[in-house]
Amino acid sequence: MPVPLEHVIGLSAVLFAIGTIGALTRRNLVVIMMSIELMLNAVNLALLGFSRAWADPTGQIFVLMVITVAAAEVAVGLGILISLFRNRDSVNVEDVSLLKW
Amino acid sequence: MVETAGPAADTTILRWIPLFPLAAAVIHGVLLGLLRRPLARRATYWLSCGAVAASFLVSLFAFSQLLGLPEGQRAMVDDVYTWIGAGKFSAEAAFLLDPISAVMILIVTFVGFLIHVYSIGYMDDDHREDKGFQRFFCYLNLFTFSMLVLVLADNLVLMFLGWEGVGLCSYLLIGFWYSDRWNAYCGMKAFVVNRIGDFGFLVGIFLLFAALADVGHPTVAYREIAAAFPSITDRLVQIPAWLGGGEWKLATVIGLCFFVGAAGKSAQIPLYIWLPDAMAGPTPVSALIHAATMVTAGVYMVCRMSFLYEAAPGASAVIAWTGALTALFAATIAIVQTDIKKVLAYSTVSQLGYMILAAGCGGYAAAMFHLGTHAFFKALLFLGSGAVIFAMHHEQNTDKMGGLWSTIPRTGAVFLVGVIAISGIPPFSGFFSKDEILLSAYVAERVPGHLWIWGIGVFTALLTALYMFRVYFRTFHGVTRVPPDQMRKMHEAPATMLQPLYVLAVFAALAGLAGLPQVYGDWLGIPDSNSLGHFLAPALPAGHGEHEVSHALELQLSLLAVAAASAGFGLAWWLYIRSPELPARMRETLAGLHRVLVNKYYVDELYDALFVRPLIWVSDRVLYRGVDAGLIDQVAVGGTARAVQAFAARGLKYAQSGLAQSYLILMVVGTVAIVGWLLR
Repeated sequence: MPVPLEHVIGLSAVLFAIGTIGALTRRNLVVIMMSIELMLNAVNLALLGFSRAWADPTGQIFVLMVITVAAAEVAVGLGILISLFRNRDSVNVEDVSLLKW
Repeated sequence: MVETAGPAADTTILRWIPLFPLAAAVIHGVLLGLLRRPLARRATYWLSCGAVAASFLVSLFAFSQLLGLPEGQRAMVDDVYTWIGAGKFSAEAAFLLDPISAVMILIVTFVGFLIHVYSIGYMDDDHREDKGFQRFFCYLNLFTFSMLVLVLADNLVLMFLGWEGVGLCSYLLIGFWYSDRWNAYCGMKAFVVNRIGDFGFLVGIFLLFAALADVGHPTVAYREIAAAFPSITDRLVQIPAWLGGGEWKLATVIGLCFFVGAAGKSAQIPLYIWLPDAMAGPTPVSALIHAATMVTAGVYMVCRMSFLYEAAPGASAVIAWTGALTALFAATIAIVQTDIKKVLAYSTVSQLGYMILAAGCGGYAAAMFHLGTHAFFKALLFLGSGAVIFAMHHEQNTDKMGGLWSTIPRTGAVFLVGVIAISGIPPFSGFFSKDEILLSAYVAERVPGHLWIWGIGVFTALLTALYMFRVYFRTFHGVTRVPPDQMRKMHEAPATMLQPLYVLAVFAALAGLAGLPQVYGDWLGIPDSNSLGHFLAPALPAGHGEHEVSHALELQLSLLAVAAASAGFGLAWWLYIRSPELPARMRETLAGLHRVLVNKYYVDELYDALFVRPLIWVSDRVLYRGVDAGLIDQVAVGGTARAVQAFAARGLKYAQSGLAQSYLILMVVGTVAIVGWLLR
């Protein structure tokens, strides 16, 4: 018996909410990036669920696209993070608010 | 007025008359302005003079074709294309050759050609500026084109194009030597004063068109206007309260508006002030534009619109009186001027006054006649003065001349012919045309005070002879005031300058025979001697009782005018030859009057105080410093910038915290809000 669409969407929504809250509340840049990954994968889950429910492969192609972009994003993000840690000795997001008035 | 074009004659030749000078001007303009490759002098004058000569020959041919048409149907129309078409309004680029425009194109192309030839010699002397030679001929050709469009136009709108074109060329040529600020100023003055007149002209065209469209004849073509005009003759218009209020006859209002334009172009009171200053231009320009052709455009326009003025006796009376007063006023100023060109300039204003006076009195044929003879003798006088100025190395002050007959007798002789012609001494041309004008004033009973106008005309004839012989004697006779070594080196102008003078002298002497009044025709046994009058008659409204005057009275009036002219001559001879010490004594006894006249009645100063300075003050203080610099720059532009700066600096910039998470919160909140709104 297949998993109903509602369950998949529900799980996706819960994961997305956890990711959002994590990205907004945590101060550690590593954790923020992980939360963003979580949000991306929540979206992937929703896309897969709809793809299967409507028997349309477009959603799966989309998911591959998102995974690719996410990988690139993490590569760039971690690069920035390492360089930041070497210069500032910190990965706290509140320490990097130079771009302001 | 003629309803339709006559039997099939090839009318397409008409377009070539203005086209030749236009082509020459365009070639000059492209070579000079775009390619920057000036032509050699020889090529320049061959092209320019050739174009005008071709134009003259085509004009002669067209004129002969016109004469071939039966009297009363003499009109040829060359409809080139529809220039402006918008709804019911249409203005054709069409040329009309009828007796009036035929006389005009012959004068313009013939006198124009002579002056082009004269300019070869006169401008050759000019080394003040490189490329000036070709620029001069370019403008001169452009002027000839515009003037021909003005007189050949078949409708008011095309005429206005030519009207503005000649104004532009006048401006360009007055300020031809623009490196001298004064010349540039004079050009601008002429241009601005003419704009005032053009404003009146335009308002007149609008009023006329609106009224005609109202009765179902939306047209600007002369002959259609003339045909439809009776249906609006008796209309009344409400004058706005700030202009005095009341109900005026529409024809009178339109006539006065047109006359404002004519007064600007033909230098009548109160808009005459630009013409004397226009003498800043090269002398051939003064001869062509500011004596022979352009300034007569106003007279031509009044004659062209004569059917309208016949229905507007009020406007005609204003015109007649304006002309008479201008003639007298300018003549009195001319008496004391010492600059040879200034004398001729005021004399031109005065003679234009005569023409306008005649047109106002209903003597349209007389006005056209004087226009023609004046073109010859005034062009002769100006070109003669140019030859004097040439010999004197650009000295124009007659105080520094005198006794020049001994060195430049040929110039002196042709100048004398011009002086006799303008003074109205028979049988030179000016005598006949001036007589016709005085006669038309004498019989113009519909003009209030027409006998006064006649009297002013006769008195002005005396003044004319006085100031013209004064300038002649002071230049060519008496004790010379030129340094002896300069006198020895002085020589006559080159042949290209003298030969046009000879031709003009012949015409200035004999042109009057074209309109020989019947009185003398009977005497000499010539039937219908007034051939010009007969030629013009079908195109103009019938004169007012000119033919009811007995020949005896006509002769008496002529004798009186001749007596006045002779008195002027005698006075000039007495003052400047017989007892030359007298003028200085008179100047001392009448110092006050002399000062007023030398300063031209302080009219320029009056206008300066009344209009120019207040206008500059308003422009500078209110419009520039108040509106532009104050309101627009400071309040609108600067104010916007300052408001943005203040708002952003005090509050808005704090939104840029630099904390990535605060931006993220805003983004989430925003997304939720948008999605929520979409799902509502």
